[in-house]
Amino acid sequence: MLPPQGSAFAGEVDNVYMGLFWLSVVLFLGIAFAAIYFAWRFRYKPGRVTPHQTHNTTLEIAWSVGPLILCVGIFFWGLNGWMKYVVAPGEAMEVQVTAKQWLWTFEYPDGSRTVNELHVPVNKAVRFIMTSEDVLHDFFVPDMRVKHDIVPGRYTEVWFTPTVLGLHHVTCAEYCGKGHSDMTAKLVVDTPEDFQKFVETGGTEWEDYKTNPAAWGKLQWERKGCSTCHSIDGSRTANGGPSWKGIWGKMEKLNNGQTVLVDPDYVLESMMQPQAKIVAGFEPIMPTFQGLLRPHEIQGIMAFIKSLGNDPNGGPPAPTVLSLPPKPAPATEQK
Amino acid sequence: MANTIASHSHIGDRPRPAVNYLNAQKGLWSWMTTVDHKRIGVMYLVGVLSAFFIGGMFALMVRLSLLTPSHMLFGRVLMTAETYNRVFTLHGAIMVFLFIIPSVPAALGNFVLPLMLGAKDVAFPRLNLASFYLWCTGAAMAIASMIIGAVDTGWTFYTPYSTTTQGTVGLMVMAVFILGFSSIFTGINFVATVHKLRAPGMGWFDMPLFVWGIYSTAIIQVLATPVLGITLVLLLLERVFNIGIFDPKIGGDPVLFQHFFWFYSHPAVYIMILPGMAIISELIPTFSRKTMFGYRAVAYSSVSLALVSFIVWGHHMFVAGQSQLATVIFSALTFLVAIPSGVKMFNWLGTMYKGNISLETPMLYAISFLLLFAIGGLTGIFLGTLSVDVHLTDTYFVVAHFHYVMMGGTVIAFVGGIHYWWPKMTGRMYNEFWGRIACVLVFIGFNVTFFTQFIMGSLGMPRRYYNYLPQYAPYHMVSTIGSWILATGFFITAAYLLASLRKPMDAPDNPWGGTTLEWQTSSPPIEHNFEDQPVLQRAPYDYRPEPVGHK
Repeated sequence: MLPPQGSAFAGEVDNVYMGLFWLSVVLFLGIAFAAIYFAWRFRYKPGRVTPHQTHNTTLEIAWSVGPLILCVGIFFWGLNGWMKYVVAPGEAMEVQVTAKQWLWTFEYPDGSRTVNELHVPVNKAVRFIMTSEDVLHDFFVPDMRVKHDIVPGRYTEVWFTPTVLGLHHVTCAEYCGKGHSDMTAKLVVDTPEDFQKFVETGGTEWEDYKTNPAAWGKLQWERKGCSTCHSIDGSRTANGGPSWKGIWGKMEKLNNGQTVLVDPDYVLESMMQPQAKIVAGFEPIMPTFQGLLRPHEIQGIMAFIKSLGNDPNGGPPAPTVLSLPPKPAPATEQK
Repeated sequence: MANTIASHSHIGDRPRPAVNYLNAQKGLWSWMTTVDHKRIGVMYLVGVLSAFFIGGMFALMVRLSLLTPSHMLFGRVLMTAETYNRVFTLHGAIMVFLFIIPSVPAALGNFVLPLMLGAKDVAFPRLNLASFYLWCTGAAMAIASMIIGAVDTGWTFYTPYSTTTQGTVGLMVMAVFILGFSSIFTGINFVATVHKLRAPGMGWFDMPLFVWGIYSTAIIQVLATPVLGITLVLLLLERVFNIGIFDPKIGGDPVLFQHFFWFYSHPAVYIMILPGMAIISELIPTFSRKTMFGYRAVAYSSVSLALVSFIVWGHHMFVAGQSQLATVIFSALTFLVAIPSGVKMFNWLGTMYKGNISLETPMLYAISFLLLFAIGGLTGIFLGTLSVDVHLTDTYFVVAHFHYVMMGGTVIAFVGGIHYWWPKMTGRMYNEFWGRIACVLVFIGFNVTFFTQFIMGSLGMPRRYYNYLPQYAPYHMVSTIGSWILATGFFITAAYLLASLRKPMDAPDNPWGGTTLEWQTSSPPIEHNFEDQPVLQRAPYDYRPEPVGHK
């Protein structure tokens, strides 16, 4: 009935939940039994006279005060957990969360960023400082039992200490439009070593890039949120972006009647200034990825698009694979 | 006419008057210009039931789309995410503003309340008709907004999404604004009617509990609805003139909108449920043939629910970014709601105890209400409890909770009330056999549809989701199948109620042995309700065999 427990706080919530569950079962069965039993036991018999019981003050007081006492107890039980939810430990690691339609950006203490994939070290408190660039969103991690709205124009916070290694889900829980239900992110709880490696490289498999840039580019397509809107099989996704299949080298029609060649320059511009050229039949809804992608990630995505087939008329040459720096620089300077 | 209230029906005890409110005047124009509360009530009933049908169709479409994760049906995608968002928005907006808020007060309340008070009409009959035309205007605008454009904001119109999204949000917001005034006019009318038009001898504590419930509702309608109107005007100002009120990009505050919105919309929840409870307080003593247990406690609990409803709006915003101190205070206040709700529940059960209970269709609906409202109320405790709410809010658990209260509570009571007063309104008895079958189908279908949603929500399935993880697929499938059982029950209900209109008038004046004044007049009532001014001689729900003096 409840998702797996991924944090100490989850156990806290589940205890209260299960307590209320059994209380409800008992009370419901009591009410249901009374209603059904009375309907049967006192079923209609012609001519039977019913007693004229107008009220019973003792009973009225009992079933007002009894539940009141119970409710006060439940309130404090819930308050107890809530206090833990709102007060993050002082030593908690801080991750900046930026939500926008419809992707998540996570910025780590060293300034490196990831999109739609959140890595945290196990057994270490993490505090999320969140804001939105457009409408309301909500950072919800069912396994951690935490949730908080993300409000444009202000910062909200939430925290948890992950205790279970592996994959969990972050999901948007405040309605935000067309791609609301696709606004999900992977939460990966790493060992401290893996987390360190992740922060340094921006992705644990980045070295694969050297051997197979297109396959690595496909990983970026999933991770960076491209897959939310761009299909790779020629179909149009619900969120409405052009498919990447067979576009490399194609003369693409734009909504202003002009055409443009899908080449590295155009793809780069589409990532950084997506509103500059809009493909005919689509809406200008893509967010910018300025500052969110490292050079080799951009190269990988281009290699992936090229691998999806090109225009039969022959496209431009594949982008030159840039030689990678020994350690990719963080996307922005450390604060 | 007899002024004393007998405990048994008046079958055949007096000839049916040839002229009643239905045939006293003829033609469409006579209906459109009527100021008769009974005719206005019937017109409202037709209106809100049409809205219920449209909103229900949208609900079935939502469920159908969620049947499988791929949204495929017969080899094609049923609807896109955009369409889905519009459909659930229309379902919510139509059900809340066009159906459930006016359902009991404006339809049944309009018909029954003056009769129960022994009055000839409501205090302001013309205002009553104006309220109906406002409802029609609002409904026409709401329907226009879906035909000429689209609204995809959810029924809550949360900013800044609602001020920035495309579509005809402005028209829908105007529609809701006008519907609000329709609701205010009804409320003003009922407050004045209850204060001024009670029959001679009817003190405040001689009023039927239905009147207490509708009176409490009317107070909320008059006090809370203007806040909604103001909020929607501010939203329009921002949307049309770009005045920064709620959008932070132009200097506004989105959380402020939520405070304004819930300051109305939480009391609105009680505009919806109090009349439902009020109907149950009529059905249970009548079909138990026993005096209402704890009459005063039930009457006071209606008023106290109305008052408490104004100070708990923040419980919709525990994780929305309001101050944490406010959150704690709102949680504590929220638990106050449980007390009067519990008092009602226990007194209804106390009334059934040692009763003489027959299970006609209205009573089956009343017992369904007791079970479903119990679940709706108890799951409300989960959501009022702070730490648990953090996990459950904005999930299907909330969806299931409010459907148990709004549909399992209000709609079930409303349908029970329609059956209860159907003979009085139409002069006809419906088919009891099909009535019971349909009630059982509705009960089963409802639980299959919505109980699964409690499980989904606990597992972490957020609401308003078009795509969902495969792990939720079995629950969605069960829920969708339940929605068809539920719909079948309602279609059967519509069929036998409409069929009953074709036969000659056969309803006795008092088919159920009711003790309130509306059963003293003929079925259907004459144009001016009573031949003589009734004088109340016994308190309601007095089932003692020998008439005795007042109290």
